Amino acid sequence: MNRLNKTSIFFLVGAVLVFGIVQALISAGIINSFWSTIVLLAGVMAIVSLGLNLIYGFNGQFSLGQYGFYAIGAYTAADITYRWVQLHSASGLTVILMISILVGLAIFLIRGVVSKIRGMDTLSAFALYLAGVLVAIFIATRLGMLIANPVTALFNLMPEKVAQYVVYLIAVLLGGLIAGEVSFLFGLPVLTLGSDYFGIATLGFTIIVKVLLDNSDTMLGFDEMKGARGMIGIPKITTWATVFIFLLITIIVIRNLLNSSYGRAIVSIREDETAATSMGIDVAFYKTITFVIGSFFGGLAGGLYAHINGFLHPNTFSFVKSFDPLIVVVFGGLGSVTGTVGAAFGWALVLEGVLRLILPEGFETWRFVIYPTLLLIMMLLKPNGLFGNYEIPFIRSVVPPLKEKKADEETAKEVA
Amino acid sequence: MERKNQNPIVNWIVKSKILGILFFVIIGATAVFKLGTALLDNPSLFLQQVVNGLQLGFVYALIALGYTMIYGIIQLINFAHGDVFMVGAFASFYSISRYNVHLWFQNLFPSVPAMLAQAIGAVTVVLVSMVVCALLAFTIERIAYKPLRTAPRISALITAIGISFFLEYFGALGFVFTPNYITYERPFEVTSWYIGPEGFGSIQAGVATPPHSLIFSNIFLIIVLASVFLLLVLQYIVKRTKIGKAMRAVAYDKPTARLMGINSDAVISITFALGAALAGAAGVLYAIAYPQVFFSMGIIPGMKAFVAAVVGGIGSIPGAFIGALIMGQAETLSAAYISTPMRDAIAFSLLIVVLLIRPKGIMGETSSEKV
Amino acid sequence: MKKNVLLSIVVLLALALAACAPAAAEGPAAAEGDTIKVANLSPLTGPVPTFGESTKNGFMMAVEEWNANGGILGKQIEPIVEDSQCTADPAVNAANKVIDQDGVHYIVGEVCSSASIPVSEVAQEKGVLMISPTSTNADVTLNLDGTTKDMVFRACFIDPFQGLVMAKFASDQGYTKAFVMSDQGNDYVRGLAEVFSEKFVEYGGEIVGSENYTGTDTDFSAILTKVADSGAEVLYLPDYYNVINLVAAQAKQLGITAVMMGADGWDSSDLDIAAADGGYYSNHYSPDDTRDVVVDWVSKYTEKYGATPDALATLAYDATNLLFAAIEKAGVDDAAAVATAMESLSYDAVSGTVTFDEQHNPIKSAVVLQVKDGAIQFVASVAP
Repeated sequence: MNRLNKTSIFFLVGAVLVFGIVQALISAGIINSFWSTIVLLAGVMAIVSLGLNLIYGFNGQFSLGQYGFYAIGAYTAADITYRWVQLHSASGLTVILMISILVGLAIFLIRGVVSKIRGMDTLSAFALYLAGVLVAIFIATRLGMLIANPVTALFNLMPEKVAQYVVYLIAVLLGGLIAGEVSFLFGLPVLTLGSDYFGIATLGFTIIVKVLLDNSDTMLGFDEMKGARGMIGIPKITTWATVFIFLLITIIVIRNLLNSSYGRAIVSIREDETAATSMGIDVAFYKTITFVIGSFFGGLAGGLYAHINGFLHPNTFSFVKSFDPLIVVVFGGLGSVTGTVGAAFGWALVLEGVLRLILPEGFETWRFVIYPTLLLIMMLLKPNGLFGNYEIPFIRSVVPPLKEKKADEETAKEVA
Repeated sequence: MERKNQNPIVNWIVKSKILGILFFVIIGATAVFKLGTALLDNPSLFLQQVVNGLQLGFVYALIALGYTMIYGIIQLINFAHGDVFMVGAFASFYSISRYNVHLWFQNLFPSVPAMLAQAIGAVTVVLVSMVVCALLAFTIERIAYKPLRTAPRISALITAIGISFFLEYFGALGFVFTPNYITYERPFEVTSWYIGPEGFGSIQAGVATPPHSLIFSNIFLIIVLASVFLLLVLQYIVKRTKIGKAMRAVAYDKPTARLMGINSDAVISITFALGAALAGAAGVLYAIAYPQVFFSMGIIPGMKAFVAAVVGGIGSIPGAFIGALIMGQAETLSAAYISTPMRDAIAFSLLIVVLLIRPKGIMGETSSEKV
Repeated sequence: MKKNVLLSIVVLLALALAACAPAAAEGPAAAEGDTIKVANLSPLTGPVPTFGESTKNGFMMAVEEWNANGGILGKQIEPIVEDSQCTADPAVNAANKVIDQDGVHYIVGEVCSSASIPVSEVAQEKGVLMISPTSTNADVTLNLDGTTKDMVFRACFIDPFQGLVMAKFASDQGYTKAFVMSDQGNDYVRGLAEVFSEKFVEYGGEIVGSENYTGTDTDFSAILTKVADSGAEVLYLPDYYNVINLVAAQAKQLGITAVMMGADGWDSSDLDIAAADGGYYSNHYSPDDTRDVVVDWVSKYTEKYGATPDALATLAYDATNLLFAAIEKAGVDDAAAVATAMESLSYDAVSGTVTFDEQHNPIKSAVVLQVKDGAIQFVASVAP
């Protein structure tokens, strides 16, 4: 107990130091906006990747859908702040708030019913959930529009800057919640698939989301998102402080989650699903909850991202880019929180920062030749990731290290 | 917590899985209705779209075969496969435009009928690309995958992504393939024919084609024949030869295969080379059908073909073939009759639906995951 | 294990510092030197590096010409090229880099609207003059409330003009049925297609069908089969030459007789002249043009890069020249002053005599060209 407290204190002091130093450097102008934008993007990438690491690294579900949830979170949050800043209306906020509440409620109610019925197959349950969610969305949209004006008036009581920041924070959280709820619906049937098939289905999800965003103005009816023309008019209010606090919260939540009985169940599923089932662990439940939490962080990061450059374009979420968080997670070390954070920062700083500076005139195109080469060399030298399963003491005390798995062993097991 | 005395109606709903089935039936019925009315409305247009889809499907099939073989043997999603396909297309581009490989037979034996000489030339071009791709894949396997054989499976996936990026952007450098879109010179002339109520004939430029006729080109025929031929050869190799037997043994159980005296590393390398050779052939056929080559041409067909392999049941050779044909039809028909912007979304929704009904793909083994 | 980790961290930090330190030191000081720094943001990697390459060539050509003639205001021009990937985040990073690290006051770029829009906001915020050679999206030069960004210009036509030119031309030729194809993910193509459809109907034509595809498509047979079935006389396809080549080849295979029409994206030495035979497109200048600036440009470019310049290179060349002319006109190396000078500039560029309207779009005339008998031929000239 004593040790835990000590490491916690060390961790928090360290975090405050890191935050303070970076913040001071930014304020003093030593870190100029070139580097600070990269640092913000790196922080966001760290949160997305932490979400993915939870799903893949700790729970063993190979997901390529993280960028889909990232996109959902980004566009959701952006729509809320857009309506607030440009249209001076809290309608986006209230509608999405009502949707997230009512959909959550519907899911809980239906879950209550479904869990009582023995032998309900997943697809039937999925159909039920889908129907319930659609009804909830229908009601929520009406309710949200109804309370939009009073809520706008309420926010107008606050000073303008404060109101905007509060709306922004709520928007970011709602982005995460909506992403989480979508991931629940999507994950329900898809999580029954075996690992690689799950990966492919989630890849499909990312592509479907991208196609929908390309047509967000024509087919979904969100004119302000402008489809493939790119959404403008989003306030640029994400700062290092916001990103850092959300990152810190993400780390602490994941650490505490892993430290709980939930966490042990989650990790046990990664280690051996059959053994976990026979120990009485509800595998489907834990898989779903991990997927939802991981996607929640994806959506949250999306909300933060949307307010960095104030511009969203569907191409940012194309499937080639959706490998980025996967690369970061594997690069940092599967199942290592420290590794993911380190790799996210290293990846962004090197790829967007250092490589831009050190490449001589005329060699700009070599950036993407050097990047994969570095990736290749690193993977060959350290196949278990840069940090392997190293953790800083704060996290190490609770996470059981990853079992060293060999490919042959995995194959052998799959064949058996 | 279970209740024994469930309401009989609830019981029936649960037992018959009616809700889940209903869900799919509604989706399926909508699609069938849409396509059915399209067929009745304008049968020749519908058949034309099916032919278009077949051409696409057969090209996907050749790429999908490589994915499925490699996955079957080392459970690796070889993301670089699409880029090997790109290199195959470029190899044929250079051999045609720079070295006139497609004319060698004609030049050596001018007396041979032009048709035959052209065919031999074209086959040579395909063979050159196949060899180039096989060598490339062999090298890639040695550098990027073999050292990771004992590492976690995901490491090899990341190196595959790395190799894929590398091939694309190294290819995009000015002194390699250049970043340009390059028009591809076909090794033979294109001829199109129409067949319909007005009879059969070839299409001339500037002359309107009779309405309600089905149009197809020699490219379509060549793609279909080449794909089927290569599929049969592959099936023969895998099912009937010694190396094929070794491949299946390694795919089934690597440690045991090793104990039986099979050099599993060599077998894996050969599988890679074989899969890449197919990608090379696909690259040539693709470039002939869609005459343009550029550094990132492999990404999208590669991904679609991979999805096709999954739909068909990854690891299964006939499965990859069937999956690719379905993919081709899904894409063309949804573009033609449902919505063009949503084409990819529909294709991928189909993938997810297929996986939900058959978790291991259409031709995949349906054994449960573990134990 | 632990040592390795520490080592990696140290290496990473050292790399970052090594990169930071000299740059931070030279940053503000270098801006005062005796050269004028001008940056070019081009998508040298990403989905369309070939466009980036052309843009960079056009830019470098202009810089070299001015430098050979003694530079601007007695100072040599120092070009800085940065890769922006046609994507928002890398483009913003590239813009921040050239502004903060290199101390640049003028940016020529980006090519894609999806990258130009966020860059334009950065430029506006930091008081850096930006001229985009090819971004057609109105949002590049306009704020959300419809006001003009005073530091942002463009050198290309915006969607309405070229769409109108082609719609008018098509109906003048007596065509009444058109089929429109557009790339759903590309605002240049989409904008042109929308304007063409609208104007063509105004001129009494009929749009018999319209279909979308995505930029990565290679198989257009499903759409082309519909074109054949619709009985269209005109197929309007305002995309870049790479798509035209594919569509034209497949249209031939399917026996389609509709006349293809397009926009300046067709303009490239890589256009498949055999496949696109008979097609018309609107462009900035005609290769038959005898003005010195055009002849010079085409011959010099061909000599240096071994191909006739495409629309992207031409527009980049024009944009860079416009910028330099504005700097010279302003007489000082100050972005705000140059922007003011640019607003009242009239410059004889390759694509005609260019002036800017209130929304910082160029006012210049267009020509209609035809691909015929293996060459590009001048058909008509249309003033704005």
